[in-house]
Amino acid sequence: MAPRAQPIIGTSGVAAGVFVVAAVLLSFVGLGLRAEVGRGLGPAEWAAIRFTVVQAALSALLSVVVAIPLARALARRRFPGRGVLITLLGAPFILPVIVAVLGLLAVFGRTGWLNTGLGAVGLPTLSIYGLHGVVLAHVFFNLPLATRLLLQGWQSIPAERFRLAAQLNLPPRMIFRTLEWPLLKQVVPGAAALVFVICLTSFAVALTLGGGPRATTIELAIYQAFRFDFDLARASLLSLIQLGLAGGAALVALWVIPNFPLSAGLDRGLRRWDARGGWQAWGDAVVIALGSAFLLLPLFAILLAGLQGLPLMPAVVWKTAGNSLWVALLSICVLLVIALPMAGWISTRRRGSAEAIGLVGLSASPLMIGTGWFILINPIADPVPLALPVTALINALMALPFALRILVPPMRDVLATYDRLSRSLGLQGWAAWRWLVLPRLRAQIGFAAGLTGALSVGDLGVIALFADPDRATLPLQMYRLMGAYRTEAAAGAALLLLAMALSLFWLCDKGGRWHAEA
Amino acid sequence: MRRTLLATTLLLASQAGAETPVLTVYAGDYFTSEWGPGPKIEEGFEAICACDLQFSTGDLLPRLLLEGERTKADVVIGLTSDVTARARATELFAPHGQDNSALTLPIDWTDDTFLPFNYGHTAFIYNETTMDAPPASFDALLEMEDDVKLVIQDPRTSISGLALVLWVEAVYGETSAEVWEKLAPKILTVTKDWSASYGMFTDGEVDMVLSYTTSPAYHMFAEEDFTKKAAIFPEGHYFMVETVGKIAGTDQPELADAFMAYVLSEDFQQMIPMANWSLPSALPEDQWPEGWAQLPLPEKVLFYSEDEAEARKDQAIETWRRALSQ
Repeated sequence: MAPRAQPIIGTSGVAAGVFVVAAVLLSFVGLGLRAEVGRGLGPAEWAAIRFTVVQAALSALLSVVVAIPLARALARRRFPGRGVLITLLGAPFILPVIVAVLGLLAVFGRTGWLNTGLGAVGLPTLSIYGLHGVVLAHVFFNLPLATRLLLQGWQSIPAERFRLAAQLNLPPRMIFRTLEWPLLKQVVPGAAALVFVICLTSFAVALTLGGGPRATTIELAIYQAFRFDFDLARASLLSLIQLGLAGGAALVALWVIPNFPLSAGLDRGLRRWDARGGWQAWGDAVVIALGSAFLLLPLFAILLAGLQGLPLMPAVVWKTAGNSLWVALLSICVLLVIALPMAGWISTRRRGSAEAIGLVGLSASPLMIGTGWFILINPIADPVPLALPVTALINALMALPFALRILVPPMRDVLATYDRLSRSLGLQGWAAWRWLVLPRLRAQIGFAAGLTGALSVGDLGVIALFADPDRATLPLQMYRLMGAYRTEAAAGAALLLLAMALSLFWLCDKGGRWHAEA
Repeated sequence: MRRTLLATTLLLASQAGAETPVLTVYAGDYFTSEWGPGPKIEEGFEAICACDLQFSTGDLLPRLLLEGERTKADVVIGLTSDVTARARATELFAPHGQDNSALTLPIDWTDDTFLPFNYGHTAFIYNETTMDAPPASFDALLEMEDDVKLVIQDPRTSISGLALVLWVEAVYGETSAEVWEKLAPKILTVTKDWSASYGMFTDGEVDMVLSYTTSPAYHMFAEEDFTKKAAIFPEGHYFMVETVGKIAGTDQPELADAFMAYVLSEDFQQMIPMANWSLPSALPEDQWPEGWAQLPLPEKVLFYSEDEAEARKDQAIETWRRALSQ
């Protein structure tokens, strides 16, 4: 009998991938049309490139190292409020930069809670400003993402394995070696690469917590070249360097991910018979408490400031919140249309390197993509009414690498496990999606959609370049309030933004897991 | 001026028949928020022009440069003095057609393309309840203990940050590098934009923030908080101005001219202080809103002309970067 076709074929995925690459490349064509030969790269830019790589590597390493015990503890424990805690822990990831910085400074700053506490008991105070501050802030932002990706991995280990391990009475060390280590080898490189790329494009956080121009990143140099010198050639060149660094890191990381599926169990609810008590329980409790304190205290500071600001918020803030919601929903739709077929295509390939394509949007500066598209659209149509759709598209491109990292590993598992069954049943195309893939990936699709929506709500994006007054988004409105001395009202808007992003995330995430234990 | 305005208005009123003409004004992003000057300006101008004034906000100069000849703007409001050179080089702008002698700026303004509509000066702001001995001069600022902490903005990404390095250049010239070395240990950090710096100051993270001489006015008149003060230095303060320009290719030249005239009108100038938290460009001090004349302002004002600023800028930023990178 001739082998039947694979359940998922790559055509639409390849098309989506081509679309993503084209969307980014075309924007550079646009930039190229307007670029004049500028002054090229000087020592300041090279210093920026060096610093960017160093801080991004350190931040990625530390985020993942801290995420491993935290995800492990969360995977092993069930306690009241666990679901809410996991949702809340994701909040730093979606905060607008300026809000997060002020929240972090309220805790770790010169006059923050930590130093006030240290001073009260007569200990020397700590300064957050410097490379360590940059890394601390980046871990604050990215630990939630790394933890969620690892936690998802842990939850993908079939419950039967842990049952068997408990039956065999395996010690924790053996459980780690036989069940958890293979999992980490699959999840950690991708998560680290993703955090590395995010930190590569950091700018305002790095500058503020780095304590000055020592902490200049490539993205700052891009902004300077674009905004101040209007040197599009230099801005594009720097953007391409950033893209190259990100792409290189992603290729290496995806290459080292071993290609063997964890194979499915019977989709039984996960219970852990091991690690039920004693020092392991205490250890997990300490890890969860420390991780939560680190991530939630700055959020608490934002909440306190925001509650005072809520009544001072002008009515227009609600209107902009509506715009942001619209952009977020559009982003989610665009994302799913691109990410699902791409994930399907990548999952049918032996090596996962194609996933690197997903990173081009995130690593080429959104400012540059937006500008490129502005140049392209401008001769044909008025770009202003297109500001919101373009923002939604760019937000979806930014979220694509996260979505792929969430979708590809479980999709690979599903396809590998059910490959023979679906071939023998002749299940393919839309039917395979409908009956095989989508039901099994519901949780991951919900997670990816929620993350996209939340990121989109919190992102200032390209709208700042050409927004007319009626099309402002909530983050833009928040910056406007801050720029007009209305710091308290801005804190209120920030709280609203946070609440909106978290609700959207929670709804999608929960929706995906509705009637399913995960 | 009044007479031309009246004439234009009458002319336009007679033309206003089937269709209301639209004047498109590009403005900085903050401008059109409901507490900004935009809505009042729109209301005030529409009352006399028989037209529809539409603001379009965004990043002014990048947008103009990207749009070039295709720009839909008739008038551009909010161009700061650091970008007027680039804006002029686009050759998109026509002469403003107004009489510069109506201006009440502390410096002599001779530019016939860009018309100032408000101004202020760079200054360090402090809270008098937490800082009992503020520096009385720039020299004193340099000699402060290193545990007094400042936050400033990055001259590579922010206009006020750029004004600061030009300020240091104007006061200290050749010895700027040493000045920055003295300031470096006191600078807690540098932020991308003014908002983040000012947020750090109001949160109590720093003792002083680089801002404007008019910043205390917001706290005084909007919040009845009289504790925020600008440290005034006898060495002088750097002048900052925002201008308005008329696009040469406008399809509404009369309306654009009427708007330029309206910028210098008392109606417009009167709303600048409280809506923009800056000083009006063409209004004698005795006509400022109540309390504004009491605001401490510098005796000496420093300012580089467009070409001078352009010539000094790169070197001044590089001096700053080197001193603060050590």
